[in-house]
Amino acid sequence: MISHADLGWQSLSPDIDSLVRLFRDAGIPTEVHNTLQGRAKLVTIDPGFWGKAAAVAAANRIRWCAVWGEHCPPQIHIFAALAGRDGHLLLETMVADRQAELPSQTPFFPAANRPERYLQDMFGVRFFDHPDKRRWIRHQAWQEGQYPLLKTFSLAGSPEDMTPPDCLYPFVPVEGEGVYEIPVGPVHAGIIEPGHFRFQAMGEDILSLEEHLGYVHKGIEKCAEGRDVRGLARLAGRVSGDSTVAHTWAACQACEAAVGITLPRRALAIRAILAERERIANHLGDIGACCNDVGFTFAQAQCSRLRELWQRQNSDVFGHRLLMDVVVPGGVSRDLDARQIEVLNKAIEQLRHELQDLLPLLYEYPSLQDRLRATGVLSLKKARSLGVLGFLARASGECWDLRRDAPYGPYDDMVITVPHTLEGDASGRLRIRGDEILVSLDLLEEMLKKLPSGEVRVEFPVVSGDCRGIGLVEGWRGEILAYVHLDAAGAVSRYFPRDPSWLNWPALEAMIEGVIVPDFPLCNKSVNGSYSGHDL
Amino acid sequence: MTEKVPPPDQTVMELGSACQKEIARIFGKSLAIRMVDAGSCNGCELEMHALNNGFYDIERFGIHFVASPRHADLLLVTGPVARHMQAALKGTYDATPNPKLVIAMGDCGADGGEFGVSYASCGAVANVIPVDAVIRGCPPTPLQLMQGILELLRGR
Repeated sequence: MISHADLGWQSLSPDIDSLVRLFRDAGIPTEVHNTLQGRAKLVTIDPGFWGKAAAVAAANRIRWCAVWGEHCPPQIHIFAALAGRDGHLLLETMVADRQAELPSQTPFFPAANRPERYLQDMFGVRFFDHPDKRRWIRHQAWQEGQYPLLKTFSLAGSPEDMTPPDCLYPFVPVEGEGVYEIPVGPVHAGIIEPGHFRFQAMGEDILSLEEHLGYVHKGIEKCAEGRDVRGLARLAGRVSGDSTVAHTWAACQACEAAVGITLPRRALAIRAILAERERIANHLGDIGACCNDVGFTFAQAQCSRLRELWQRQNSDVFGHRLLMDVVVPGGVSRDLDARQIEVLNKAIEQLRHELQDLLPLLYEYPSLQDRLRATGVLSLKKARSLGVLGFLARASGECWDLRRDAPYGPYDDMVITVPHTLEGDASGRLRIRGDEILVSLDLLEEMLKKLPSGEVRVEFPVVSGDCRGIGLVEGWRGEILAYVHLDAAGAVSRYFPRDPSWLNWPALEAMIEGVIVPDFPLCNKSVNGSYSGHDL
Repeated sequence: MTEKVPPPDQTVMELGSACQKEIARIFGKSLAIRMVDAGSCNGCELEMHALNNGFYDIERFGIHFVASPRHADLLLVTGPVARHMQAALKGTYDATPNPKLVIAMGDCGADGGEFGVSYASCGAVANVIPVDAVIRGCPPTPLQLMQGILELLRGR
């Protein structure tokens, strides 16, 4: 039985200062630094304590967010992000770039599994105690023993004319009489990004699913190196096209923190208006698509109509149907005049009116709910151990939301409602997304009403020295983290975007056991991980 | 739960009907599209989806998306081609029966876009398979897509 206290789990996790004290009490020497700007505290620890720090954090209800590296020859700096009640702590350590080794955090945080394997493939860091030593992001485009994110590896690399297909990835086999294997992808049947799913099934029941991603790895991080901040913002807007606002905001936030500029409140409000509009557009599209995957095409027709109207308004008011490149370093590229505010307000009213009829129907329609309820259940325990994010987590009772828990302007002076439920099934996820649209509509209305006067953009200053910053934004999929290091000339020397999909993809594997094969598309859509945002 | 039917969108009707005429001339009755995301950010896919919403509803003009390249007349390819997708794209092309058309969609499909050519990216779709037409944009809008398909058909 899950008690109410379980739901408020994150409020019981320590604040960041207490976590640092817990590390020290456990005999881990920590040094607090101010060499990285943004809404996170940075501490450095000795590499030997990397695993122990994770053990202490895991024992104290800390959420594991990310791990990434940066090559500063002859060392590789490794960062891990942890979240407590009041925000984020970044752990930093250094290892030699030759024979880089580090204790794994995966035994304490299963969420670290794939991110550590990504580091292994991209930097050559060996994580001892890691339960899974297989490669993760590397297919056949570069050789084993070559590490693209080392500074000695050129952006061009030395690829062959024809990269062979990755046929020999060692999937975990399932044996037994009547067990069969279904390989799916990378080219799927629908209009969808590429990835490979390997099912082990018995009759219609799925025994296990293993994901093999990395097909759309296009070298985003390497591509970022040497760009100016405007070029970085354009690239960040294409990490995952459906989250263009949130990723650009996170990258810009990191750059702006690094150089220490404060944005006008009007710029922040317009960024949030864009972000909430992005949340609504994606939720509308996916609610329709989830229903379509169980043959309820009426919802698809309605939701895609509403989404199209919303996108057309994006184009009319902000100049782009998906809102690309509206967020820029120093602010936003578009202001709103009185007429546009009126038009936006009218659309909020209309959408709310339409959803008043549509959402209750979807939440209660028996033949639809019959397919959604108890399908693809992700338990609270599992969601927590995998560190899942966004609506996926909130549908399983885990209710982190940076807009409320680690707020940034303009959310820092707003009351944010975070819908959540304990069902953890496809029905719960659909309802959370519907409810989040309603919350976003309220937020939009409030922001348009209280839109501060002033500028929407400040000049991004000439960088006066090497600087680093962190950006943290609640995208529609969940928490997005961006790390940016600018060199003394103002060029990007490292950009790392952590899309929430890194933590949400493993949840799909977890929820699929015992689900029948025909329900997989629904489960996949109800999670909707980004392939591009994950593969980088 | 039934909204008022809006007046027909003349631009969509004209583009769609023109496509239909060309499709009748070249393929008989319909144009079957297999999409291949070879490395896109997913922006192009969102706009491709939009072609199926009630405003464009391209199926009424004889254009539809199919699940297999074996059933396709046209490959609509997005993304800079990730090297990890190179073999799959080539395989999909080879599996599509002749006569076949290929459109490279979006700025990335056209020339690699923001990602260019690198250790991980082959850049333009034309670097991997023969391309008959390019539809630029980041991403191209549904109308630009229809326009691009029409121009390709008219040239055949």
